[in-house]
Amino acid sequence: MSVYSLYVINKSGGLIYNRDFCEAARVETNDSLRLASIWHSLHAIASQLSPVPGCTGIELLEADTFNLHCFQTLTGTKFLLVVDPHASFIPALLQRIYELYSDYVMKNPFYETEQVIKCELFDENVELLIRRYLQQVT
Amino acid sequence: MNARQLPKHSLNIVDRPLSKNRSEVPTVSLSAFAYLFSEYIQYLVDRANSISELEDRLEKVGFEVGLRVLELLSYREKVLRRKTDVLDILRFIHGPAWQYLFGKTADDLQQAASADDEYYIRDYDLLVSRYISVPRSYEPFNPGTLAAGIMRGMLDSAGFPARVTAHFVTHKDRQRPITTFMIKLEPSVMQRQAYLEAAKKG
Repeated sequence: MSVYSLYVINKSGGLIYNRDFCEAARVETNDSLRLASIWHSLHAIASQLSPVPGCTGIELLEADTFNLHCFQTLTGTKFLLVVDPHASFIPALLQRIYELYSDYVMKNPFYETEQVIKCELFDENVELLIRRYLQQVT
Repeated sequence: MNARQLPKHSLNIVDRPLSKNRSEVPTVSLSAFAYLFSEYIQYLVDRANSISELEDRLEKVGFEVGLRVLELLSYREKVLRRKTDVLDILRFIHGPAWQYLFGKTADDLQQAASADDEYYIRDYDLLVSRYISVPRSYEPFNPGTLAAGIMRGMLDSAGFPARVTAHFVTHKDRQRPITTFMIKLEPSVMQRQAYLEAAKKG
């Protein structure tokens, strides 16, 4: 599987959405919450530490067995995608996920901003998008 | 401030005339509508005490819209004869009215097998509720009630009082449930229909 998991972090650093796309990626809920807050703090520190002016934060974390892509929106919401090191077109995929978020989460009257995302339509469409992406790359 | 006193180039957007080009239908951004509708539902959820009250208020808004939409459409579509037959008005709603409101005709129009004063109109992907996922705690609520209110307004304004309700129904060909509108016409309408048919025969 090319795509392992998706995390969405709100502007205060709390994890509001977590979805795993294969068994290998399963992380305990406590660990995923810790991951989200650690990433949030690292992201903030990195934008301060950067020697290049105008840095907005960490975009990519490369490791041996995975890559972690981060997309930060203008409002401070972060979309993290943990993928295979050889996966391609991930920034475009993150953009599409952001589109789905702005459609099915933001336009949902029953969703309270900055709270945990519990929207059926968002889940379904993310699932569909990732499945279509995986079909295209394999 | 009277717009007529201002020079033409500073007319604000609501005072400008609609485009003369008939093929260019004036459109509204779907996202803008979705956000406005979402805010309106949140406003109602705060003020309603129960789900049925919530649906009632939403339906009432649709009703007001429906009353006016029928007048507007009859003028725009140059429909010269008033509809007196139940099937005619239902076909009008299913076709031109749905096309004007939602950009496509409704998907199905059917009479109920059990009662002849009940009709069903189906829409596989209702525009107004496309982005809304209703949580389990609000289960019987259907945001399509706005469209149900619009239909009731149109029927009422045309002289066919009825009760219209919106329901989510699972469909075998579709993953997501479709919206079915159940239209129950009042007995006075059915009586009138019977007289008209008798008059046509005799």
